Amino acid sequence: MFRKLHEPEAGALTIDIDGVPAMAEPGESVAAVLLRQAEPWSRLTPVSQSKRAPYCMMGVCFDCLADVDGIASVQTCLRPVCDGMRVARQIGKRTIGS
Amino acid sequence: MRADVVVIGAGVVGAAIAYGLATRNVRVLAIDGGDRDFRAANANFGLVWQQGKGLDMPAYQQLTRGSVELWPNFSAELADASAIDVHYDRSGGLSICLSEAEFETQRTTLLRLHNQLGGAEADWEMLDRSALVRLLPTVEFGPDVVGASYGPDDGQTNPLRLLSALHAGLLRRGGALRGGSTVHAVHSDGSGGFTIEFGSERVSAARVVIAAGLGSKALAAQVGLDIPIRPQRGQILVTERLAPFLPIPMQGLRQTREGTVMIGSTRDDPGFDNSTTVEAGAWLSARALRRVPALRDTMLVRQWAGLRVLTPDEYPIYAESQSHPGAFVAVCHSGVTLAAAHAALLAEAIAAGRLPPSLDAFHQRRFDVPQAA
Ligand SMILES: Cc1cc2nc3c(=O)[nH]c(=O)nc-3n(C[C@H](O)[C@H](O)[C@H](O)COP(=O)(O)OP(=O)(O)OC[C@H]3O[C@@H](n4cnc5c(N)ncnc54)[C@H](O)[C@@H]3O)c2cc1C
Ligand code: FES
Repeated sequence: MFRKLHEPEAGALTIDIDGVPAMAEPGESVAAVLLRQAEPWSRLTPVSQSKRAPYCMMGVCFDCLADVDGIASVQTCLRPVCDGMRVARQIGKRTIGS
Repeated sequence: MRADVVVIGAGVVGAAIAYGLATRNVRVLAIDGGDRDFRAANANFGLVWQQGKGLDMPAYQQLTRGSVELWPNFSAELADASAIDVHYDRSGGLSICLSEAEFETQRTTLLRLHNQLGGAEADWEMLDRSALVRLLPTVEFGPDVVGASYGPDDGQTNPLRLLSALHAGLLRRGGALRGGSTVHAVHSDGSGGFTIEFGSERVSAARVVIAAGLGSKALAAQVGLDIPIRPQRGQILVTERLAPFLPIPMQGLRQTREGTVMIGSTRDDPGFDNSTTVEAGAWLSARALRRVPALRDTMLVRQWAGLRVLTPDEYPIYAESQSHPGAFVAVCHSGVTLAAAHAALLAEAIAAGRLPPSLDAFHQRRFDVPQAA
């Protein structure tokens, strides 16, 4: 499991990952926070339903996709956290419509 | 090296003919060009489609219908021969109309096509919006959608799987395939056969079929056939994989078995240029959203362009050379739809050494302009 070199202090904020509160610092990406969790994965693949975690951390591998504030398939390594953000690990294929 | 038949070009047209010849125990060698060649077979949309095709050329309408009819068997036999499932679904197909005027035009076109064929019972219907919604309850259509035409025999396949299945089927049925080998010369060997040259190699064959897509013009000229073909660019967008919601393909919008949605295709004429443009991406997205607005926040994962192989009337050319009997040309658009006919009817004809009367209408002499007095 990854951990930060320092503990988040002043200005720390909280995001929600599948119903579990997680501490984060302004300016870091959702993927970075995901990687510090006990379950560091972000999605199950659409075809074989196998786990994927953030990998390249620079927007090219698409393994860090998750649902952020109701929008599916967000590249979490490119999305800075904000207080109260709701993140859901993405399970299989995304659905469209209602 | 010797073969009964050499097929030049192993795109979806050449590969289908070569596969069909191999299944008829003809000793066939297919020779395909370099990696940087233009390849419509790798860029197309994957519809197996007859609805709306063949206006003013009944022979083409007939050919297309015949091929679509053969597709279920063709794909099953190909799966047997190649161990590759080409993801063919005879799901029916829709052409969506975005205004009353479009609806009327589509109805008139289909009626005209029907009358030009004569006899046969209409095998399509016009659906108004409520019938369309009943047919596809999983889709929320945009407010501009007034209805669609529906063809029950239309369908879709995965064109990349199709191409590799044809290659694999060709090999497993005893044919041979050479890639990365651009043919630069075809000529008579003086005793009724042909010599085909690529790189520093040459092969002899009793017959030769030129099915090299946009590369066909230069080769056909060497056997006395002047074929007027030109490239037309088509661009396509592909989304991320979505849970299945669109079981019936539409012209310009279909969901693959893997879940991606393909959005196509533009038409323009920049010549031999298969680069993509932002304008095309924007136009395709806007058009798709008018049909299915819920696609709004899905991710696009790819945009590509391919070059169609078009004749002046956009219908195929199948011809045998008069000056070089035994040399054939096969070039066409809709090579996916026609693959079943190419592997059957056309392969049969080439094995027999003569094109049947049903293909007379496709000779390129139809483009010869009578000399003005
Ligand atoms: C955007 C787009 C969408 C399309 N959608 C559909 C669709 O939905 N349904 C449908 O039925 N059709 C569709 N088509 C049309 C279909 O893709 C083409 O009709 C078909 O691919 C033509 O096949 P081909 O083998 O003639 O040409 P290509 O696929 O272009 O292949 C030509 C081959 O010849 C080889 N070659 C060229 N020169 C030489 C040489 N000198 N020596 C050796 N080899 C040579 C090349 O390497 C290449 O492999 C679409 C096309 C495009 C561009
Ligand atoms: S981790 Fe690779 S794209 Fe986000």
